[in-house]
Amino acid sequence: MSKKPVQFIHNGRAEAVFVEDGQNLLDALRREVGDLTPKYGCGQGTCGTCTVLVDGQPQLSCLTLAETVEGKSVETTGGMTDGSELHPLQAAFMDHFAAQCGYCTPGMLIAANALLRRNPNPSRDEVVEAIGGNICRCTGYQPIIDAILDAAGKMSQRRPTFSRGL
Amino acid sequence: MSLRVTTCASLDEASRALSASQTARFLGGGTLVMRWVNEGDQSFDEIVRTTDAAAQRIDISGERVTLGAGVTMAMIAEHRDLAFLAPAARAVGGPAIRTMATVGGNLFAHHPYGDFTVALLALDAEVTMAGGQTQPLDTLLAGRDRAGLVTSVTVSRPRNPSDVRFRKVARVKPKGVSVLSIAALLPQQGGVVSGARIAYGAMAPTPVRMPAVEQALEGVRLDSAGVATALARATDGLDPPTDPIATGWYRREVAPVHLRRLLLGEDA
Repeated sequence: MSKKPVQFIHNGRAEAVFVEDGQNLLDALRREVGDLTPKYGCGQGTCGTCTVLVDGQPQLSCLTLAETVEGKSVETTGGMTDGSELHPLQAAFMDHFAAQCGYCTPGMLIAANALLRRNPNPSRDEVVEAIGGNICRCTGYQPIIDAILDAAGKMSQRRPTFSRGL
Repeated sequence: MSLRVTTCASLDEASRALSASQTARFLGGGTLVMRWVNEGDQSFDEIVRTTDAAAQRIDISGERVTLGAGVTMAMIAEHRDLAFLAPAARAVGGPAIRTMATVGGNLFAHHPYGDFTVALLALDAEVTMAGGQTQPLDTLLAGRDRAGLVTSVTVSRPRNPSDVRFRKVARVKPKGVSVLSIAALLPQQGGVVSGARIAYGAMAPTPVRMPAVEQALEGVRLDSAGVATALARATDGLDPPTDPIATGWYRREVAPVHLRRLLLGEDA
């Protein structure tokens, strides 16, 4: 089986790997790049735990042909921390007990991250819609929704405000 | 069996590559073909894809809207001039699926997927194939397993975006596969319907138009009395499929209920 070179930006750093024909992005991230944060769940596009951002948009890495991300930016949960400091979404998930077995958490965090970049102050319904493609079998979703809304509030407090100078 | 990926610079080139092989599949957004790859489907040994930017073009010219086959559900849901199609686009999967799923792929998605095609069918969509020949969408659907490469789909913009109504019925909220879906074009003149178009998904092997219902809606007001005849004909001529989502009996029972809600603008 032939291999093809693929170059892309992985969590802000240039990455170059060889992928097999037909290899999906999730497999390439885990095997070739060594980023184990996106998880393999169903392989069918149903569970959402493999969700990553490609050029800032949420995409299911298990259904993405690896070579199609040539020249693009790929972000995973592994790139959300700032050094040793958790992303506000990660901290909120911890504070609200939004992870039990934790298998859905990487996909949930990416889906929530995509939402908050596009809409920093979402309503509860908008949060529900944003994670509508991600399945959690433990939490009953409520702690996850609470965590995302809490993180949104904290992140909007952090953003600098500009007042008109006199 | 090893898999080969052929990347083509143009849609025409991709069409030729597909024609040259009996065991190739075209990759649009990946939500269908990559599932088969992950399942280890051995019925194909080649994936053909294109990097042709034309596939993702949205052309709006007067009343005609042409969607490239590679236009995604997310692009439609966010486009300010495509509000009449946005509810059907948003009904497809979650945000990550909508970033990937394409108009062209939806035409070939078997139940329980393919809800967007139901809306296109109610809008009398015309399909353009690689090579330039065109055909009505219902003709394509009748033989879609033997169809070639679709390059774009064209619909007429409704005079009033609210003339287009769409409803996906699912047991799982907020997102689940459809028990059935209904799309309607309900233009009105002088308070009565003129030129109704009704289409169902999951009520037959492919999305279907419902001429008996359309006929019964002609010239009536959209109130309980006006739609009664249409509801009585809601499943005329249909033999809904039984599958893991619902039985044919169940689909037949609930279709008139959801059609009534759609026609009268009632909440689900």
